[in-house]
Amino acid sequence: MNNEALKELLYKMADDQLILGHRNSEWTGFGPLLEEDIAFSSMAQDKVGHSLALYTILQELGEQDPDTVAFTRNAEQFHNSLLTELPNGEYDFSLIRHFLYDTAEALRFEMLTQSSFEPLAQLSAKIRGELRYHTMHANTWIKQLGSATTESITRLQKSLEYALPYALGMFEKSPFENALISEGIFAGEQVLEDKWKRKVEEVLAQTQLQLPAWDTITPHLGGRVGKHTEHLQPLLDEMSEVLRIDPTAEW
Amino acid sequence: MSKPSLEKVYQWLEEVKDPEIPVLSLVDLGVITNVTISDKVRIEMTPTFVGCPAIDYMKNDIIETLNKHGQEAEVDINFKKSWSSDLISEKGKIALKKFGLAPPPDSKLFTDLEILENAECPRCSKTNTELRNPFGPTLCRAIFYCNDCKEAFEQFKPV
Ligand SMILES: [Zn+2]
Repeated sequence: MNNEALKELLYKMADDQLILGHRNSEWTGFGPLLEEDIAFSSMAQDKVGHSLALYTILQELGEQDPDTVAFTRNAEQFHNSLLTELPNGEYDFSLIRHFLYDTAEALRFEMLTQSSFEPLAQLSAKIRGELRYHTMHANTWIKQLGSATTESITRLQKSLEYALPYALGMFEKSPFENALISEGIFAGEQVLEDKWKRKVEEVLAQTQLQLPAWDTITPHLGGRVGKHTEHLQPLLDEMSEVLRIDPTAEW
Repeated sequence: MSKPSLEKVYQWLEEVKDPEIPVLSLVDLGVITNVTISDKVRIEMTPTFVGCPAIDYMKNDIIETLNKHGQEAEVDINFKKSWSSDLISEKGKIALKKFGLAPPPDSKLFTDLEILENAECPRCSKTNTELRNPFGPTLCRAIFYCNDCKEAFEQFKPV
């Protein structure tokens, strides 16, 4: 099995989950209503847990331990998509990002249940079940607020248009795309992107939100190769703040 | 020390409870996926949720309990057999209800939010209830409201 290809895939997935998990956790204590506060906090815990499980597989493939990998790399060593690192902004943006991201993530893990790399297939079968709660949560609120008041529709529409180029960046092709596909590890970003577009169209069709034509959107790429926005490094600094006080402390 | 029987090991494992739901043993929770007995007792387990913070606690609790019974034990956490709420035993479901948590419905029925509505209230056993939040105080719990009891209750989520 092509280990380099496999590692690249695992890193980008783990980094996505870790970074968005951290962003979700920033809603703790700030949600627009208590239930949403709890929902984003729970999803944060799930996502950070998923990243840990993926970093653990990486460790078994010879990478450093999960804490070192999560807390000591710089922004240019992270492979998360730019979508996940953007600041939370208002609730409308966080909700749109949650919807666009989790739709893709649920489909990605669904595809990976078929992976020829057994540990990833097993983990994906598990995570797939958990992500149903995330996509269900996103779809419920998108359908509700996407058809509610002029204000809610206008706000979501604006956030949707802002987020879409970043969302398409999630499917930035890996240099190992062919190896992943031919070895049956992962069916590839193109297949995932197509599935994702159909799902996004299906949900948005049940709202008053307008989806621009796909070919009018230019993807914001770079995240998968470590070229990030100015928002990632401050997030990493904050995430590793406690560790850096005393890196050798026993917890 | 002679080798214990498989039955005996499961009996000991009954003593190890879910730290968040102390009426439910790990065996009834369905997280013990394999037990083999050779020079030591080898246990395989799988978490309820991947991000469950209690997994290391459970692992240590298993080792301590078996040590107490004079056994050397090793616990391997993996996803070979993935956990689903359907793995909770009937005895476990009864214990959950007594504890005040609505047991999970069949997870195969869960395809959309609507299915999750109308859980059976653990207090009055009626289903005049509504889902308030699919995310509760821990990853495995959802929050419901009983229109008859006029009180909130928690459900062990189907997954
Ligand atoms: Zn009741």
